Amino acid sequence: MNSLYTPLTKKKAEELRAGEEISLTGVIYTARDKAHKRIANALLRHRNPSFPLQDQIIYYCGPTPAPRNRVIGSCGPTTSSRMDEFTPLLLKKGLRGMIGKGKRTEKVIEAIKRFKAVYFVTFGGCGALLSTFVKKKEVVAYPELKTEAVYRLYVEDFPLIVAIDSRGREIF
Amino acid sequence: MREISANELEKVVCQMCLQANRELPRDVLFLLNRAMNQEKGRAKRVLERILENCKIAKREELPLCQDTGLAIVFAEIGQKVVIKGDLKRAIERGIEKGWKQGLFREAIVHPLKRDNPTSLPPVIHFDFLPGEKVKITLLCKGFGSENVSRTCMFLPHTRIEDIEEWVVGIVKEKGVDACPPLFIGIGIGGSVDKAVFLSKKALLQRVDRITSDPERARIEKRILRKVNRLGIGPLGLGGNSTALAVKVLFYPTHIAGLPVAVNINCWALRRVERVI
Repeated sequence: MNSLYTPLTKKKAEELRAGEEISLTGVIYTARDKAHKRIANALLRHRNPSFPLQDQIIYYCGPTPAPRNRVIGSCGPTTSSRMDEFTPLLLKKGLRGMIGKGKRTEKVIEAIKRFKAVYFVTFGGCGALLSTFVKKKEVVAYPELKTEAVYRLYVEDFPLIVAIDSRGREIF
Repeated sequence: MREISANELEKVVCQMCLQANRELPRDVLFLLNRAMNQEKGRAKRVLERILENCKIAKREELPLCQDTGLAIVFAEIGQKVVIKGDLKRAIERGIEKGWKQGLFREAIVHPLKRDNPTSLPPVIHFDFLPGEKVKITLLCKGFGSENVSRTCMFLPHTRIEDIEEWVVGIVKEKGVDACPPLFIGIGIGGSVDKAVFLSKKALLQRVDRITSDPERARIEKRILRKVNRLGIGPLGLGGNSTALAVKVLFYPTHIAGLPVAVNINCWALRRVERVI
């Protein structure tokens, strides 16, 4: 399995191929339905969200609360297609990668090609397993959304599969 | 008459929540293991990860999945049982406590306002049977798969083959989003609400046994075979195990109609049963 480190630059993204299994180390940001709506609203008003997008990776995830002595609770991917309407805008603003589960629309695939980004999937339903790769967690935006807030996660060897590569080829 | 206190019921339901979200039923684990042994390559590796997740969740007392679901409760109350206290409230409190103790995700919101999520209310189906026992079945239903469920009012003369094709079409179109390998519950007959209820109830049937009614068993077998020919595989990454089991329930219906509902469950079929 190849290692990948964040930030995910355009060059690194272009080297990834659909079907490739990757282990990711570095910083990723969680965001799901509500956070996406807020990020998109901020961007449409020409405001920057309170975390960077350029060459970053968003993880579609709303974790369970962390038990004492653990960094995070269960934290698997949620269905990506619910974020499809916001994704092209985020990619336009520099977002380079997304992690989730399931298929994406043609519009998203087009945007991935155009902005040279990558869509990864990880193991759906495996929140307990995936929590073992998360080493740090910190809330960086919309704390009032609780599980749907944006968390900056530091992950080590987080397992991913390239589902749509920067040329628009997909695994499904 | 036999007395059961609402307090006892509450404790049982709390324990059921903890178990359901941390440990899969044996029949479900059996089918996951069997699929893992039958698959090769990536499909096998994905199923190995899924089974590893099940071990970690049990050992570390973590939820199997971050979507700890909407609690669906089937409460069958014996007619000779008297519940001392508020039955419905006892079930709700059991769920509330289970969710708090297990550090589960509070994900239930007003359908339009969508703010301040909590663990309540559950969806409860009551039934009354002869006898002096209470049987509670809890299904923690994730919404990645619930979103893939469908209903259709077929014409009364529709052939079963066409209904089967409709089910296969749903899995083909949206199955990837529902965390395969899937469990597929199908309700055929009744009214529209009854068909949907049956499709959910079908998910409560033992999945490691062939249905005793040969007519239902044949439909289940055919749909399972067709769905697994789609090649979607575990988590949609290719393979032969797109679904692990199909369960069908029938109910008589009106001469003018044929309601059918499909309720899809992800690989983590989180159900627990208790008889008090």
